[in-house]
Amino acid sequence: MSALLGADVAHLSWNLVDDVRQLLQHQFMVNALRAGAVVAVLAGAIGWFMVLRREAFAGHTLALVGFPGAAGAVWLGVSANLGYYAFCVTAALVIAAASTGRGRARGEESAAIGTVQAFALACGFLFATLYAGLLTETNALLFGSFLGITSAQVVTLAVVAAVALAALTALARPLLFASVDADVAQARGLPVRLVSALFLVVLGVAVAEASQITGSLLVFALLVAPPAAAQRLTSRPGRGIVLSVVLAVAVTWLGLGIGYFSSYPIGFWITTFAFGVYVLAHAASRLGVRTC
Amino acid sequence: MQHAFLAGTLIAAACGAVGYFVVLRSQVFSGDALSHVAFTGALAALAFGVDPRVGLFVATVAVGAGMGVLGQRGRPDDVVIGNVFTWVLGLGVLFMTIYAESSRSAGGTKSVSVLFGSIFGLSANDAYVAAAVGLAVCLAVLVLARPLLFASADAAVADARGVPVRALGIAFLALVGVCAAEATQAVGALLLVGLLAAPAGAARRLTVKPWRGLAFSSGLAVLVVWVGLVVSYLDGSLPPSFSIMAAAAVCYLAAVTADHARQRRRPVRADVRGRSVTLQ
Repeated sequence: MSALLGADVAHLSWNLVDDVRQLLQHQFMVNALRAGAVVAVLAGAIGWFMVLRREAFAGHTLALVGFPGAAGAVWLGVSANLGYYAFCVTAALVIAAASTGRGRARGEESAAIGTVQAFALACGFLFATLYAGLLTETNALLFGSFLGITSAQVVTLAVVAAVALAALTALARPLLFASVDADVAQARGLPVRLVSALFLVVLGVAVAEASQITGSLLVFALLVAPPAAAQRLTSRPGRGIVLSVVLAVAVTWLGLGIGYFSSYPIGFWITTFAFGVYVLAHAASRLGVRTC
Repeated sequence: MQHAFLAGTLIAAACGAVGYFVVLRSQVFSGDALSHVAFTGALAALAFGVDPRVGLFVATVAVGAGMGVLGQRGRPDDVVIGNVFTWVLGLGVLFMTIYAESSRSAGGTKSVSVLFGSIFGLSANDAYVAAAVGLAVCLAVLVLARPLLFASADAAVADARGVPVRALGIAFLALVGVCAAEATQAVGALLLVGLLAAPAGAARRLTVKPWRGLAFSSGLAVLVVWVGLVVSYLDGSLPPSFSIMAAAAVCYLAAVTADHARQRRRPVRADVRGRSVTLQ
């Protein structure tokens, strides 16, 4: 990063206020922080439910499906973001339709998800090969481009995130019930399958949104690590979600800030901090620290 | 082309055999995570100027065994896997940057070839090593197969009968690691999960008998790789990794369709585990 800007622009000092002022001087950095916050809030909240429902593999597959979407969109000359949304939401519907829920051997279901995922990635690779100029962009799609975000994109991200969060809020109570005890929820007349399908769609939107910043492969840093850490620390849903969101935002901002001053990629910093938070939470819960 | 066939055949046979147990034990996500570890291992080796294969094998075997040690009964938990592999990928990005800086050129290209494989690019030497390792993995699976089947079908009973369930789980994940490192050279770190999951899933659809399933799974994997290689050879614009994955997806889809058709023809009841069994 600093190599990109010239050594005289970015240098870290012990004066933190000065460092932050340096960060905020650049419009692209402000946009990155804003977009990162939007994405982190969304991922932290939705990820909490994903971890609760043990749907990490499905989330991972949705994230990877975004890659052929984006690569295909670039190949066709459409905006990559459109590709992310279209493919992620479609894949969410397919997975929801394919999973008949309990009663079916889990191994076979994961075999199906694995096949879908590998095939989707192979399609992405094909699109990337067909669009010859994409080679450097392949890495951007996979590992994220944190700094090329325009103000208009931030607004779009915020609007989509607001809609997704509103949907999640409306869904939250039945979803929580269905996640904790699907059988009882079903017996009480809750449409469990519908709720699960709707959740997967919201998850697809969140993943598509986060992928635009973090890339298809690193979405998980925000979607799994902060919620898993939060669930280690508290078992209360409300507090857990808030904690998860706070951790996600902190990890993102810290990663962006450090990444600005260091010569190593931002994706590396964000994943490292996210993993660190998870390990710390794990250790803390082993030692018996629980906020409630 | 000959080299691609030689290496591809044995790699596929190994993936099919290992994959059968991966699917049987519901550890597809672990296999997926190990494939991402392979990416980081290869780029780390490149960044430090070692043969990428060394990095591949060391990283995948170490992480595979480590995941087995951390998990219960040698089976790691979803959330642990998700966290570990995201961080490992982050490290991969770091090594990619270091490598790109040190070699000043082909960092991006190299990472794409590690991610998506380049089976036509294997040299004679590469192919022989890959074939030998593939053969060794197949033999190891055959040796482990009986106790592993027992442990996978009913871990508690196997444990009571004195089968070392935990050690087996760890050894198996290490084997998956070897297989992942091996297959990364052929189809790439991101796509090898298809080679693990699709033929095995198809074999499970076609038969419930374990030995026959194991043979089917290996055979289908080899077939899939052959079809993929031939298609890509005939149409140069299709990368071989894509053709292989497309063949694998078609194979899985065909097996699912055949299974559905068969179930509709015969009366079906569910066995104790909820899996459907056809009445003879």
